[in-house]
Amino acid sequence: MDRVAGRRWGRCRLGVAARLACDIVSRRRVERLLNLTMCLMATSRFITVSQLGELVEGYEPGVTEEEQEAFRRMFERDKAYLREIGIPLETGTDSAFSDEVGYRIRRGDYALPDIALAPDEAAALALAGALWSTTALAGPAASALRKLAAGGAAVGDGGLGALDGFEPRVDATDPAFEPCLAAVQAGRAIRFPYRKMVETGVTERHVEPWGVLSWRGRWYLAGHDVVRGAPRVFRLSRFAGPVRPVGLGGAVRVPPDVDLHAMVSTQAPPDQVRTATLAVRHGTGHALRRHARPAPATRPAPAADMDLVEMEFADTERFARWIVGSGPDVIVLEPPELRTAVVARLRAAAAGTAGVCEAAAVPGGR
Amino acid sequence: MSAATDRLSRLLALVPWLRAHPGIPLPAAAEAFGITPRQLRDDLDLLFVCGLPGGAPGDLIDLSYSGDRITIADPQTLDRPLRLSVDEATALVVAARALADVPGLAGREALDRALEKAVGAAGSVAGQVRVSLDTHAEVLAAVQRAVRERRRVHLRYLVWSRDELTERDVDPMRMLVREGHWYLEGWCHRAEAVRLFRLDRIDGPDGVEVLDIPAALPPGAVSRDTSEGIYRPGPADVRVVLELASPARWVADYYPVTGVRELPGGRLEITLHARETSWLHRLVLGLGADVRVVEPLVLAAQVHALARRVLAAYGLDAPSGGAADER
Repeated sequence: MDRVAGRRWGRCRLGVAARLACDIVSRRRVERLLNLTMCLMATSRFITVSQLGELVEGYEPGVTEEEQEAFRRMFERDKAYLREIGIPLETGTDSAFSDEVGYRIRRGDYALPDIALAPDEAAALALAGALWSTTALAGPAASALRKLAAGGAAVGDGGLGALDGFEPRVDATDPAFEPCLAAVQAGRAIRFPYRKMVETGVTERHVEPWGVLSWRGRWYLAGHDVVRGAPRVFRLSRFAGPVRPVGLGGAVRVPPDVDLHAMVSTQAPPDQVRTATLAVRHGTGHALRRHARPAPATRPAPAADMDLVEMEFADTERFARWIVGSGPDVIVLEPPELRTAVVARLRAAAAGTAGVCEAAAVPGGR
Repeated sequence: MSAATDRLSRLLALVPWLRAHPGIPLPAAAEAFGITPRQLRDDLDLLFVCGLPGGAPGDLIDLSYSGDRITIADPQTLDRPLRLSVDEATALVVAARALADVPGLAGREALDRALEKAVGAAGSVAGQVRVSLDTHAEVLAAVQRAVRERRRVHLRYLVWSRDELTERDVDPMRMLVREGHWYLEGWCHRAEAVRLFRLDRIDGPDGVEVLDIPAALPPGAVSRDTSEGIYRPGPADVRVVLELASPARWVADYYPVTGVRELPGGRLEITLHARETSWLHRLVLGLGADVRVVEPLVLAAQVHALARRVLAAYGLDAPSGGAADER
């Protein structure tokens, strides 16, 4: 069959004429890239660019200098495409008399090695792959599983056995997730505007990323803050604008002993931890009680239906917020500065809601 | 990655995958690749005309689909999938490690074996991406056993929104991790409905007891669709609008907000929908000066009354000028 005729026949069958021009271009490019890949895999010798121009359907090396230049530019783009998706394109030459380099793809480098997965192993990997839900890693996880299935593993066939009824999912809806992940993978520094938790303003950060971590359902970037000269953790949801790469890929050196989990989850240093004494009404404050212990009976509770507990805290304002949230069921006895912080919040809440009460007062309140 | 390279990747994976699944129905193959049957037909038509140099019938990829079943007789050089990319290996390794960290996970050992085989040399980057699934090991182990053995559990469970400790029997359906929290989904005999229970709100290891009763799910026990998030507003929910000062912006991250609007000065206006409002009283009260209730006004009034009651418990009065309701 004539090659050109065959191709034309193929197109007619598809009704390509009815499609948009850009679709045709991209379809032709995909066809050409596939043909190029197969051609380079079928050979054990290096094939030069001019040979590829003759061999691979879709190239038109031409005769004039301009045509040849256009062909070479096209090949350079194709080469970059193949490498972008991870095809190991090898460069070299077979002839001692020619300085024109050639290309080939070694099948051993290209192909996924044989992996024989037992059914329970395949099921476990399928469960892991499903973790990513809507994140940027969902696509790669799915394609990895398809490759394993294409390689002969029985991924996704049958039930999950011991893992049945277990569905972990991780989301990453923060726009910063993808660029941060890419920067970590590329070992490349980034700049981004960032809003700290308690500050009004947005500051520009310059960070050498060490890793990204999901902890308690939220994503963090950990790395070296170049301006502050110290390790820092950034929450992806507080990025206040686009992430821009800075400098070269591979420039970031991750210290060998970095523990991402420790960086993100580190609690207050022990010297900042203090003990509070609280009066809690019977049968209330259940969430708080789980972190508390009964206080030694050195004083009476302020009311007959309350008991005293002790509890550790580090950040006075945060702890005050939690206590105030318990309403009249939890009263601070010690220390005084916590009591002061609680009262200040109560006064602020009362003042902030004062004007509306007449209009909307509810009989009986809470 | 551009659409062209994306499609190229898919085609390179499609050929060996179809080869490993001879005679697979076209809709099933499309579903496995997350594309429409029409897109798959397009892919097949494209593959149909590709092959080795020469272009003779013996050089082309030989595939056929009769009716809806696809068979690849000759994949040419594409008989094996391309090795895993960095992204693909990262996705699998990080996820598998996250699961392997879960204490007492059934199937853990299979996961370890699979990971070693599949991505033995997946590169170092995977170590820089980590998912930490926080757990409460003893509660988790008990709940996991109940799900696996399909047995009823008795829970002592904190209804956080009402600060109420409840006792209930639940027939387990599945365990989930969503937005960083572990949940048990099951038929609650107290509510007579499907409910989600957060494992960290079960009252400690003593708060869960696996009963010697087989779970008996009624026909109406259907898993909830959590793809849009755990919390779904209902028609009877109250719409609440709060204005947060900069120090309180974190609220938008921690509560199920349905709308967020930036205001000048780093302030944020959030909208949420709540079935019960007592937890909102506690939130607004705790935020003190960093929040303003925009609507409903009744919420502001309730918070005001509550603040005065608590101040009274401290033996204090509300600030002067804020005594509008005393007239």
